[in-house]
Amino acid sequence: MASRRTVVPFGPQHPVLPEPIHLDLVIEDEKVIEAIPSIGYVHRGLEKLVETKDYKNYVYIAERICGICSFIHSLGYCQGIENIMDIEVPERAHYLRTIWSEYSRMHSHLLWMGLFADAMGFENLFMNCWRVREQVLDVMEETTGGRVIQGSCKVGGVRKDISAAKLKEISAGLDKTKAEVEEINHVFFDDSTVIHRTRGIGYLSKDDAYKFGAVGPTGRGCGVAIDARETGYAVYPELDFKPVVETAGDCYSRCMVRAKEVIQSADLIQQAIEKIPDGDIEVKVKGNPDGEYFSRVEQPRGECIHYLKGNGKRFLVRERVRTPTLTNIPPLVKMLAGCEMADVPVIVLTIDPCIGCAER
Amino acid sequence: MGKITFTMAKRILKSLASGPATLRYPHEPAKRYDASRGHIEIKIEDCIFCGLCSKNCPADAIEVSKDDRTWEIDRFRCIICNSCVEACPKDCLSTSNVYLEPVFSGPLKDKTIGTEPEPETKEE
Amino acid sequence: MTIEEQLIKEITVDSLLDEVKSRSDDGYRLVQIGCTRIEDAFEINYSFEKDYRFENLRVTIGEDVTMPSISDIYWGSFIYENEMHDLYGIGVEGMNIDFNGYLFKTSIPHPFREPPQVSVKKVPKKKKTDEEKKEDGGEE
Repeated sequence: MASRRTVVPFGPQHPVLPEPIHLDLVIEDEKVIEAIPSIGYVHRGLEKLVETKDYKNYVYIAERICGICSFIHSLGYCQGIENIMDIEVPERAHYLRTIWSEYSRMHSHLLWMGLFADAMGFENLFMNCWRVREQVLDVMEETTGGRVIQGSCKVGGVRKDISAAKLKEISAGLDKTKAEVEEINHVFFDDSTVIHRTRGIGYLSKDDAYKFGAVGPTGRGCGVAIDARETGYAVYPELDFKPVVETAGDCYSRCMVRAKEVIQSADLIQQAIEKIPDGDIEVKVKGNPDGEYFSRVEQPRGECIHYLKGNGKRFLVRERVRTPTLTNIPPLVKMLAGCEMADVPVIVLTIDPCIGCAER
Repeated sequence: MGKITFTMAKRILKSLASGPATLRYPHEPAKRYDASRGHIEIKIEDCIFCGLCSKNCPADAIEVSKDDRTWEIDRFRCIICNSCVEACPKDCLSTSNVYLEPVFSGPLKDKTIGTEPEPETKEE
Repeated sequence: MTIEEQLIKEITVDSLLDEVKSRSDDGYRLVQIGCTRIEDAFEINYSFEKDYRFENLRVTIGEDVTMPSISDIYWGSFIYENEMHDLYGIGVEGMNIDFNGYLFKTSIPHPFREPPQVSVKKVPKKKKTDEEKKEDGGEE
């Protein structure tokens, strides 16, 4: 009569799960009734360190909050401090920061596409995505010195410059990368296996996505057209840019949003390289921050907010980082209700979890 | 169906002709660039032991002793951020792109003992 | 680069639910709930956003006040309220999913609750290793 319900614990250690999130799945005959999330396995307490580290040295901690979205964290932090202290950063530094941010975005989306293919069992596609990603990482290492942690953003500008000859080389290399990514995108969009495992799975309506706070490609795949790059930070007002939005609301459309954003990022980099002016790359910073500001940047996973508050001393009073994964967890809980058990890894991966960021 | 076979055949021939995409590390050396961050090196003859590198280090990895004329770096703490390289007034610190081999147990502190100061004709 | 206008409005704990309800009816989405520790009090920021306009409500409370939960209005706010409770020790009543302190499993309960202890950076050489070992747990 009353069918029996089992509780299956999923994670934090699981072969198909890339991030340490724990879900208690209440299951009735292969269908998931509800899911209860649990995080807290990699909490490092990084926000407390702001009270003991000089505000100029905190950039090194900010960029190590996450390994995949590292440059944009440091960009958000530096931007917040520069707005509190009214520092005018030179134009060339803004262009360089934008170029590195878009490379970061390409790297993150290619990594995600590989993991998504792996969650479905399509290992060959996973390896091919990561082979293209190596080209992006090579460019990052040549220009900044690090493959994932760049260390090139600082309060008042950037630390390393890229020569004009190098910029031309990067621009030509991007054409080759774009052709290879197009080939991979064809598989994601047209292959019958991929379509069978992602179409109709994990559906979220547009109103639900807006109300529960879905940001980034999770929201844009459901029709919610929010992109923090439109608020006009760095050099985005001068580039020709429109957010990529799909309306179907399932895993397939979110995958399409990310695949198209890789191509869009490559275009943005080529536009920025054409328009970059000459000049200095940094200004000297004197004094201490006094005031507060919410700095909003667009990470590959969504909108990230750095709240900074200073009171005139060398150490800041508070730095709060609200990452996109933290706000995408309620939509995940909603999406999991009513799905089959075999689809749980695909749905968990479709919000692009980055639990290291979420718990700091 | 024919289109898929054609794409697959093209892919197979391309892979057969160009070889594997991976590098047999550690038998072959890894790919490094000039700007790659490896480890911090010091030219001890030019050092004046002012201690600016130690004050600017965000990870507190450098210890400088003016009386003993020694410069010590803790390799496990160093995050190769180049703050010390930028702060040094005599330009005696530099970043080399060689990645240090892993060790079995710590601590790993490299201590460099400086040369004796020249009497009265020290460059400043 | 544009610096956006960010409105911060000070309100009291009693008018919190009405203000949040009026924002929700207007079509704003909840962005974050953040907490700052200042001398003898906590400042809680509720951030809302609509069409790239960013507004904040600020509530300043003492150390032993319990906040009402806004999960009836915004379903997804449980994650911020649980975090506020676990890290700062501020009680929140009426959450729809209540983890009872187990969202972040820390070895010290409520680690962010104490005001920051400003310490001298350069300590004598002998004590330096102990000081650095304690900081080492947080540094990555």
